[in-house]
Amino acid sequence: MNINATLIGELIAFIVFVIACMKWVWPPIIGAIETRQQKIADGLAASDRAEQDLRLAQENAKKQLIEAKAQGSALIDQAKKREAQIIEEAAVKAQAEREKILAQAKAEVEAERIRAKEDLRKQVAALAVAGAERILQREIDEAAHSDILEKLVAEL
Amino acid sequence: MASGAEITSKEYITHHLTNWSVGEGFWTWHVDTLGWSIFMGLVFLISFRAVAKKANAGVPTKWQCAVEMVVEFINDTVKSTFHGQSKLIAPLALTIFVWVFLMNLMDLVPVDFIPWTAQQIGGAMGYDPAHVYMKVVPTTDLNMTIALALGVFILMIFYSIKIKGVGGFIKELTTQPFNTPWLYWFNFILEIVALLAKPLSLALRLFGNLYAGELIFILIAMLGVWQLPLHFPWAMFHILIITLQAFIFMVLTVVYLSMAHEKH
Repeated sequence: MNINATLIGELIAFIVFVIACMKWVWPPIIGAIETRQQKIADGLAASDRAEQDLRLAQENAKKQLIEAKAQGSALIDQAKKREAQIIEEAAVKAQAEREKILAQAKAEVEAERIRAKEDLRKQVAALAVAGAERILQREIDEAAHSDILEKLVAEL
Repeated sequence: MASGAEITSKEYITHHLTNWSVGEGFWTWHVDTLGWSIFMGLVFLISFRAVAKKANAGVPTKWQCAVEMVVEFINDTVKSTFHGQSKLIAPLALTIFVWVFLMNLMDLVPVDFIPWTAQQIGGAMGYDPAHVYMKVVPTTDLNMTIALALGVFILMIFYSIKIKGVGGFIKELTTQPFNTPWLYWFNFILEIVALLAKPLSLALRLFGNLYAGELIFILIAMLGVWQLPLHFPWAMFHILIITLQAFIFMVLTVVYLSMAHEKH
Protein backbone atom coordinates (compact mmCIF):
# COMPACT_ATOMS: atom_id res chain seq x y z
CA MET A 1 0.00 0.00 0.00
CA ASN A 2 2.95 2.29 0.51
CA ILE A 3 4.11 4.71 -2.12
CA ASN A 4 7.47 3.73 -3.52
CA ALA A 5 9.66 3.67 -6.58
CA THR A 6 7.00 1.74 -8.49
CA LEU A 7 5.26 5.08 -8.93
CA ILE A 8 8.25 6.45 -10.80
CA GLY A 9 8.45 3.35 -12.94
CA GLU A 10 4.77 3.51 -13.78
CA LEU A 11 4.97 7.22 -14.53
CA ILE A 12 7.78 6.58 -17.00
CA ALA A 13 5.86 3.69 -18.51
CA PHE A 14 2.79 5.91 -18.80
CA ILE A 15 4.72 8.67 -20.54
CA VAL A 16 6.38 6.21 -22.90
CA PHE A 17 3.07 4.56 -23.78
CA VAL A 18 1.35 7.89 -24.40
CA ILE A 19 4.18 9.09 -26.63
CA ALA A 20 4.22 5.79 -28.51
CA CYS A 21 0.48 5.97 -28.97
CA MET A 22 0.72 9.58 -30.10
CA LYS A 23 3.44 8.79 -32.62
CA TRP A 24 2.65 5.38 -34.02
CA VAL A 25 -0.91 4.42 -33.18
CA TRP A 26 -3.27 7.36 -33.20
CA PRO A 27 -2.36 9.27 -36.40
CA PRO A 28 -2.58 6.40 -38.91
CA ILE A 29 -5.82 5.02 -37.48
CA ILE A 30 -7.60 8.35 -37.19
CA GLY A 31 -6.23 9.25 -40.63
CA ALA A 32 -7.70 6.10 -42.13
CA ILE A 33 -11.01 6.72 -40.39
CA GLU A 34 -11.21 10.28 -41.60
CA THR A 35 -10.21 9.34 -45.13
CA ARG A 36 -12.85 6.65 -45.16
CA GLN A 37 -15.46 9.06 -43.81
CA GLN A 38 -14.52 11.48 -46.57
CA LYS A 39 -14.74 8.69 -49.12
CA ILE A 40 -18.16 7.62 -47.91
CA ALA A 41 -19.37 11.21 -47.90
CA ASP A 42 -18.06 11.65 -51.44
CA GLY A 43 -19.69 8.41 -52.50
CA LEU A 44 -23.02 9.47 -51.07
CA ALA A 45 -22.76 12.85 -52.73
CA ALA A 46 -21.84 11.19 -56.02
CA SER A 47 -24.79 8.85 -55.78
CA ASP A 48 -27.08 11.80 -55.08
CA ARG A 49 -25.64 13.59 -58.06
CA ALA A 50 -26.04 10.50 -60.22
CA GLU A 51 -29.65 10.18 -59.15
CA GLN A 52 -30.28 13.76 -60.10
CA ASP A 53 -28.50 13.28 -63.39
CA LEU A 54 -30.61 10.24 -64.08
CA ARG A 55 -33.79 12.15 -63.36
CA LEU A 56 -32.65 14.96 -65.63
CA ALA A 57 -31.74 12.51 -68.36
CA GLN A 58 -35.10 10.82 -68.05
CA GLU A 59 -36.88 14.14 -68.31
CA ASN A 60 -34.74 15.05 -71.26
CA ALA A 61 -35.46 11.76 -72.95
CA LYS A 62 -39.18 12.22 -72.38
CA LYS A 63 -39.02 15.70 -73.86
CA GLN A 64 -37.07 14.50 -76.85
CA LEU A 65 -39.48 11.65 -77.37
CA ILE A 66 -42.42 14.04 -77.39
CA GLU A 67 -40.58 16.32 -79.78
CA ALA A 68 -39.72 13.43 -82.05
CA LYS A 69 -43.31 12.29 -82.05
CA ALA A 70 -44.47 15.77 -82.96
CA GLN A 71 -41.88 15.97 -85.70
CA GLY A 72 -42.87 12.58 -87.01
CA SER A 73 -46.53 13.43 -87.17
CA ALA A 74 -45.69 16.73 -88.85
CA LEU A 75 -43.64 14.87 -91.42
CA ILE A 76 -46.46 12.42 -92.03
CA ASP A 77 -48.92 15.26 -92.47
CA GLN A 78 -46.61 16.96 -94.89
CA ALA A 79 -46.13 13.74 -96.80
CA LYS A 80 -49.85 13.19 -97.00
CA LYS A 81 -50.36 16.70 -98.29
CA ARG A 82 -47.64 16.23 -100.84
CA GLU A 83 -49.13 12.94 -101.89
CA ALA A 84 -52.52 14.53 -102.43
CA GLN A 85 -50.89 17.32 -104.36
CA ILE A 86 -49.01 14.91 -106.60
CA ILE A 87 -52.13 12.89 -107.24
CA GLU A 88 -54.06 16.03 -108.12
CA GLU A 89 -51.33 17.24 -110.41
CA ALA A 90 -51.19 13.86 -112.10
CA ALA A 91 -54.93 13.86 -112.51
CA VAL A 92 -54.87 17.31 -114.08
CA LYS A 93 -52.06 16.30 -116.41
CA ALA A 94 -53.81 13.13 -117.36
CA GLN A 95 -57.01 15.04 -118.10
CA ALA A 96 -55.10 17.42 -120.30
CA GLU A 97 -53.38 14.57 -122.08
CA ARG A 98 -56.66 12.82 -122.59
CA GLU A 99 -58.19 15.91 -124.06
CA LYS A 100 -55.22 16.46 -126.29
CA ILE A 101 -55.26 12.89 -127.53
CA LEU A 102 -58.99 13.05 -128.01
CA ALA A 103 -58.74 16.25 -130.00
CA GLN A 104 -55.97 14.81 -132.12
CA ALA A 105 -57.96 11.69 -132.75
CA LYS A 106 -60.98 13.73 -133.68
CA ALA A 107 -58.93 15.81 -136.07
CA GLU A 108 -57.46 12.71 -137.63
CA VAL A 109 -60.87 11.13 -137.98
CA GLU A 110 -62.14 14.33 -139.60
CA ALA A 111 -59.22 14.42 -141.99
CA GLU A 112 -59.72 10.78 -142.84
CA ARG A 113 -63.40 11.38 -143.39
CA ILE A 114 -62.67 14.30 -145.71
CA ARG A 115 -60.15 12.29 -147.64
CA ALA A 116 -62.52 9.35 -147.90
CA LYS A 117 -65.26 11.71 -149.10
CA GLU A 118 -62.89 13.11 -151.70
CA ASP A 119 -61.94 9.64 -152.82
CA LEU A 120 -65.54 8.63 -152.87
CA ARG A 121 -66.45 11.69 -154.89
CA LYS A 122 -63.70 10.96 -157.34
CA GLN A 123 -64.74 7.39 -157.59
CA VAL A 124 -68.40 8.41 -158.01
CA ALA A 125 -67.30 10.79 -160.74
CA ALA A 126 -65.27 8.06 -162.38
CA LEU A 127 -68.22 5.68 -162.01
CA ALA A 128 -70.60 8.27 -163.35
CA VAL A 129 -68.27 8.89 -166.24
CA ALA A 130 -67.88 5.17 -166.79
CA GLY A 131 -71.63 4.74 -166.67
CA ALA A 132 -72.26 7.66 -168.94
CA GLU A 133 -69.52 6.42 -171.18
CA ARG A 134 -71.23 3.11 -171.49
CA ILE A 135 -74.56 4.71 -172.12
CA LEU A 136 -73.30 7.29 -174.49
CA GLN A 137 -70.62 5.20 -176.17
CA ARG A 138 -72.58 4.71 -179.15
CA GLU A 139 -73.87 8.15 -179.76
CA ILE A 140 -71.63 10.70 -178.14
CA ASP A 141 -68.17 11.57 -179.06
CA GLU A 142 -66.06 11.56 -175.96
CA ALA A 143 -64.01 14.40 -176.98
CA ALA A 144 -66.99 16.58 -177.92
CA HIS A 145 -68.78 16.17 -174.54
CA SER A 146 -65.91 15.98 -172.10
CA ASP A 147 -66.33 19.64 -171.12
CA ILE A 148 -69.90 18.96 -169.97
CA LEU A 149 -68.73 15.99 -167.96
CA GLU A 150 -65.96 17.97 -166.36
CA LYS A 151 -68.55 20.53 -165.24
CA LEU A 152 -70.58 17.76 -163.73
CA VAL A 153 -67.66 16.37 -161.85
CA ALA A 154 -66.84 19.75 -160.48
CA GLU A 155 -70.40 20.15 -159.24
CA LEU A 156 -70.28 16.99 -157.17
CA MET B 1 -7.53 -21.91 -1.60
CA ALA B 2 -4.03 -21.50 -2.65
CA SER B 3 -1.54 -23.23 -0.46
CA GLY B 4 -3.20 -25.76 1.73
CA ALA B 5 -5.74 -25.68 4.56
CA GLU B 6 -3.30 -24.63 7.25
CA ILE B 7 -3.33 -20.94 6.41
CA THR B 8 -5.99 -18.70 7.92
CA SER B 9 -8.35 -16.43 6.03
CA LYS B 10 -6.41 -13.41 7.17
CA GLU B 11 -3.21 -14.85 5.83
CA TYR B 12 -4.97 -15.78 2.61
CA ILE B 13 -6.29 -12.26 2.07
CA THR B 14 -3.04 -10.64 3.07
CA HIS B 15 -1.14 -12.93 0.77
CA HIS B 16 -3.35 -11.94 -2.12
CA LEU B 17 -3.06 -8.25 -1.41
CA THR B 18 0.71 -8.17 -1.05
CA ASN B 19 2.88 -7.12 -3.93
CA TRP B 20 5.88 -8.96 -5.17
CA SER B 21 8.44 -6.43 -3.93
CA VAL B 22 12.10 -6.02 -4.62
CA GLY B 23 14.22 -3.42 -2.86
CA GLU B 24 14.10 -1.50 0.40
CA GLY B 25 12.31 1.57 1.70
CA PHE B 26 11.29 4.02 -0.98
CA TRP B 27 13.30 2.16 -3.58
CA THR B 28 10.99 -0.82 -3.42
CA TRP B 29 9.81 -1.98 -6.81
CA HIS B 30 6.53 -3.82 -7.18
CA VAL B 31 7.62 -6.26 -9.83
CA ASP B 32 4.11 -7.64 -10.39
CA THR B 33 2.52 -4.20 -10.82
CA LEU B 34 5.26 -3.04 -13.15
CA GLY B 35 5.33 -6.29 -15.06
CA TRP B 36 1.61 -6.67 -15.60
CA SER B 37 1.02 -3.01 -16.38
CA ILE B 38 3.83 -2.89 -18.89
CA PHE B 39 2.66 -6.18 -20.36
CA MET B 40 -0.85 -4.74 -20.73
CA GLY B 41 0.52 -1.54 -22.20
CA LEU B 42 2.44 -3.56 -24.75
CA VAL B 43 -0.65 -5.62 -25.52
CA PHE B 44 -2.46 -2.38 -26.22
CA LEU B 45 0.32 -0.82 -28.27
CA ILE B 46 1.16 -3.89 -30.30
CA SER B 47 -2.42 -4.83 -31.12
CA PHE B 48 -3.31 -1.26 -32.06
CA ARG B 49 -0.05 -0.74 -33.90
CA ALA B 50 -0.85 -3.80 -36.01
CA VAL B 51 -3.96 -1.99 -37.21
CA ALA B 52 -2.23 1.36 -37.56
CA LYS B 53 0.41 -0.14 -39.84
CA LYS B 54 -2.11 -1.57 -42.24
CA ALA B 55 -4.72 1.13 -41.80
CA ASN B 56 -6.22 2.29 -45.03
CA ALA B 57 -9.45 3.83 -46.13
CA GLY B 58 -10.55 0.69 -47.96
CA VAL B 59 -12.70 -2.11 -46.64
CA PRO B 60 -11.47 -2.73 -43.08
CA THR B 61 -10.76 -6.11 -41.57
CA LYS B 62 -12.75 -7.19 -38.52
CA TRP B 63 -9.98 -6.39 -36.06
CA GLN B 64 -9.45 -3.06 -37.74
CA CYS B 65 -13.17 -2.38 -37.34
CA ALA B 66 -13.00 -3.16 -33.64
CA VAL B 67 -9.98 -0.93 -33.11
CA GLU B 68 -11.51 1.84 -35.17
CA MET B 69 -14.66 1.64 -33.09
CA VAL B 70 -12.63 2.25 -29.95
CA VAL B 71 -10.63 5.01 -31.60
CA GLU B 72 -13.70 6.71 -32.93
CA PHE B 73 -15.45 6.42 -29.59
CA ILE B 74 -12.49 8.12 -27.91
CA ASN B 75 -12.34 10.71 -30.66
CA ASP B 76 -16.00 11.58 -30.27
CA THR B 77 -15.70 11.80 -26.51
CA VAL B 78 -12.65 14.03 -26.75
CA LYS B 79 -14.21 16.23 -29.41
CA SER B 80 -17.39 16.74 -27.43
CA THR B 81 -15.45 17.79 -24.33
CA PHE B 82 -12.25 19.37 -25.56
CA HIS B 83 -12.60 22.17 -28.06
CA GLY B 84 -9.02 23.24 -28.55
CA GLN B 85 -6.45 21.93 -30.95
CA SER B 86 -4.13 19.33 -29.51
CA LYS B 87 -2.24 16.43 -30.95
CA LEU B 88 -1.78 14.95 -27.50
CA ILE B 89 -5.18 14.82 -25.83
CA ALA B 90 -6.84 12.20 -28.02
CA PRO B 91 -3.95 9.68 -28.03
CA LEU B 92 -3.59 10.29 -24.31
CA ALA B 93 -7.26 9.54 -23.78
CA LEU B 94 -6.99 6.41 -25.93
CA THR B 95 -3.95 5.19 -24.04
CA ILE B 96 -5.58 5.79 -20.67
CA PHE B 97 -8.86 4.18 -21.65
CA VAL B 98 -7.47 1.03 -23.21
CA TRP B 99 -4.58 0.60 -20.83
CA VAL B 100 -6.66 1.08 -17.70
CA PHE B 101 -9.34 -1.15 -19.16
CA LEU B 102 -6.85 -3.93 -19.86
CA MET B 103 -5.28 -3.62 -16.42
CA ASN B 104 -8.71 -3.70 -14.81
CA LEU B 105 -9.55 -6.68 -16.95
CA MET B 106 -6.94 -8.70 -15.08
CA ASP B 107 -9.44 -8.59 -12.23
CA LEU B 108 -11.60 -11.06 -14.13
CA VAL B 109 -8.88 -13.70 -14.17
CA PRO B 110 -9.83 -16.09 -11.33
CA VAL B 111 -8.18 -14.74 -8.18
CA ASP B 112 -6.05 -17.77 -7.44
CA PHE B 113 -5.10 -18.70 -10.94
CA ILE B 114 -2.02 -16.57 -11.54
CA PRO B 115 -0.83 -16.34 -7.89
CA TRP B 116 -1.10 -20.10 -7.55
CA THR B 117 0.83 -20.65 -10.80
CA ALA B 118 3.45 -18.20 -9.61
CA GLN B 119 3.71 -20.05 -6.32
CA GLN B 120 4.21 -23.35 -8.10
CA ILE B 121 6.91 -21.86 -10.31
CA GLY B 122 8.49 -20.10 -7.32
CA GLY B 123 8.36 -23.30 -5.32
CA ALA B 124 9.95 -25.23 -8.14
CA MET B 125 12.71 -22.63 -8.30
CA GLY B 126 13.44 -23.15 -4.59
CA TYR B 127 11.60 -20.25 -2.97
CA ASP B 128 9.16 -20.54 -0.08
CA PRO B 129 5.73 -20.60 -1.75
CA ALA B 130 4.21 -18.66 1.16
CA HIS B 131 6.45 -15.74 0.28
CA VAL B 132 5.88 -15.74 -3.42
CA TYR B 133 3.51 -12.84 -3.99
CA MET B 134 1.71 -12.02 -7.19
CA LYS B 135 -0.89 -9.27 -7.30
CA VAL B 136 -2.12 -9.39 -10.85
CA VAL B 137 -4.29 -6.26 -11.08
CA PRO B 138 -1.96 -3.27 -11.43
CA THR B 139 -4.77 -0.78 -10.77
CA THR B 140 -5.21 -2.18 -7.25
CA ASP B 141 -1.78 -0.80 -6.52
CA LEU B 142 -1.93 2.82 -5.41
CA ASN B 143 1.43 3.46 -7.08
CA MET B 144 -0.09 2.65 -10.44
CA THR B 145 -3.13 4.90 -10.14
CA ILE B 146 -1.16 7.75 -8.60
CA ALA B 147 1.37 7.49 -11.40
CA LEU B 148 -1.43 7.86 -13.95
CA ALA B 149 -3.01 10.74 -12.07
CA LEU B 150 0.36 12.39 -11.62
CA GLY B 151 0.97 12.20 -15.35
CA VAL B 152 -2.36 13.89 -15.94
CA PHE B 153 -1.60 16.45 -13.24
CA ILE B 154 1.73 17.35 -14.81
CA LEU B 155 -0.04 17.88 -18.12
CA MET B 156 -2.69 20.03 -16.43
CA ILE B 157 -0.01 22.30 -14.96
CA PHE B 158 1.90 22.30 -18.23
CA TYR B 159 -1.08 23.33 -20.33
CA SER B 160 -2.31 25.85 -17.77
CA ILE B 161 1.03 27.61 -17.94
CA LYS B 162 1.41 27.15 -21.68
CA ILE B 163 -2.00 28.59 -22.53
CA LYS B 164 -2.36 31.27 -19.86
CA GLY B 165 1.25 31.96 -18.99
CA VAL B 166 2.64 31.84 -15.48
CA GLY B 167 0.92 35.11 -14.59
CA GLY B 168 -2.37 33.96 -16.00
CA PHE B 169 -2.17 30.72 -14.09
CA ILE B 170 -1.40 32.47 -10.83
CA LYS B 171 -4.20 34.93 -11.52
CA GLU B 172 -6.56 32.03 -12.06
CA LEU B 173 -5.53 30.58 -8.71
CA THR B 174 -5.92 33.81 -6.77
CA THR B 175 -8.58 36.07 -8.25
CA GLN B 176 -11.57 33.81 -7.93
CA PRO B 177 -14.09 33.11 -6.58
CA PHE B 178 -13.70 36.31 -4.45
CA ASN B 179 -12.38 39.10 -6.61
CA THR B 180 -11.08 41.36 -3.86
CA PRO B 181 -7.35 41.70 -3.13
CA TRP B 182 -7.62 41.04 0.60
CA LEU B 183 -9.21 37.67 -0.04
CA TYR B 184 -6.61 36.46 -2.58
CA TRP B 185 -4.89 34.30 0.03
CA PHE B 186 -8.20 32.59 0.71
CA ASN B 187 -8.87 32.09 -3.00
CA PHE B 188 -5.41 30.62 -3.36
CA ILE B 189 -6.02 28.05 -0.64
CA LEU B 190 -9.38 27.12 -2.18
CA GLU B 191 -7.98 26.83 -5.67
CA ILE B 192 -4.95 24.81 -4.60
CA VAL B 193 -7.21 22.38 -2.78
CA ALA B 194 -9.45 22.16 -5.85
CA LEU B 195 -6.42 21.67 -8.09
CA LEU B 196 -4.89 18.95 -5.95
CA ALA B 197 -8.23 17.26 -5.45
CA LYS B 198 -8.43 16.54 -9.17
CA PRO B 199 -5.50 14.11 -9.52
CA LEU B 200 -6.08 12.75 -6.05
CA SER B 201 -9.70 11.91 -6.80
CA LEU B 202 -8.65 10.39 -10.12
CA ALA B 203 -6.12 8.12 -8.46
CA LEU B 204 -8.20 7.18 -5.43
CA ARG B 205 -11.39 6.56 -7.39
CA LEU B 206 -9.76 4.04 -9.68
CA PHE B 207 -7.76 2.45 -6.90
CA GLY B 208 -10.72 2.24 -4.53
CA ASN B 209 -13.08 0.70 -7.02
CA LEU B 210 -10.67 -1.92 -8.22
CA TYR B 211 -9.26 -2.68 -4.80
CA ALA B 212 -12.74 -3.20 -3.41
CA GLY B 213 -13.71 -5.33 -6.38
CA GLU B 214 -10.62 -7.48 -6.01
CA LEU B 215 -11.22 -7.82 -2.29
CA ILE B 216 -14.75 -9.03 -2.88
CA PHE B 217 -13.46 -11.60 -5.37
CA ILE B 218 -11.02 -12.81 -2.71
CA LEU B 219 -13.74 -12.94 -0.07
CA ILE B 220 -16.01 -14.87 -2.41
CA ALA B 221 -13.14 -17.23 -3.13
CA MET B 222 -13.07 -18.17 0.57
CA LEU B 223 -16.67 -19.36 0.65
CA GLY B 224 -15.87 -22.89 -0.41
CA VAL B 225 -18.52 -24.40 -2.68
CA TRP B 226 -20.69 -21.28 -2.46
CA GLN B 227 -18.17 -19.28 -4.41
CA LEU B 228 -19.27 -21.02 -7.57
CA PRO B 229 -22.68 -19.31 -7.93
CA LEU B 230 -21.37 -16.05 -6.46
CA HIS B 231 -18.32 -15.48 -8.61
CA PHE B 232 -20.36 -15.34 -11.74
CA PRO B 233 -22.75 -12.46 -10.88
CA TRP B 234 -19.94 -10.50 -9.27
CA ALA B 235 -17.80 -10.97 -12.36
CA MET B 236 -20.67 -9.83 -14.56
CA PHE B 237 -21.17 -6.80 -12.38
CA HIS B 238 -17.46 -6.21 -12.37
CA ILE B 239 -17.32 -6.05 -16.15
CA LEU B 240 -19.39 -2.90 -15.80
CA ILE B 241 -17.10 -1.46 -13.13
CA ILE B 242 -13.99 -2.24 -15.13
CA THR B 243 -15.25 -0.47 -18.23
CA LEU B 244 -16.87 2.35 -16.32
CA GLN B 245 -13.76 3.13 -14.29
CA ALA B 246 -11.58 3.16 -17.41
CA PHE B 247 -14.11 5.43 -19.09
CA ILE B 248 -14.43 7.77 -16.09
CA PHE B 249 -10.67 8.09 -15.79
CA MET B 250 -10.41 8.90 -19.48
CA VAL B 251 -13.28 11.41 -19.52
CA LEU B 252 -12.11 13.19 -16.38
CA THR B 253 -8.61 13.44 -17.83
CA VAL B 254 -10.03 15.12 -20.92
CA VAL B 255 -12.25 17.37 -18.83
CA TYR B 256 -9.40 18.46 -16.57
CA LEU B 257 -7.13 19.12 -19.51
CA SER B 258 -9.78 21.09 -21.33
CA MET B 259 -10.30 23.12 -18.14
CA ALA B 260 -6.57 23.76 -18.12
CA HIS B 261 -6.90 25.06 -21.69
CA GLU B 262 -9.69 27.48 -20.90
CA LYS B 263 -9.03 31.11 -20.17
CA HIS B 264 -11.20 32.77 -17.58
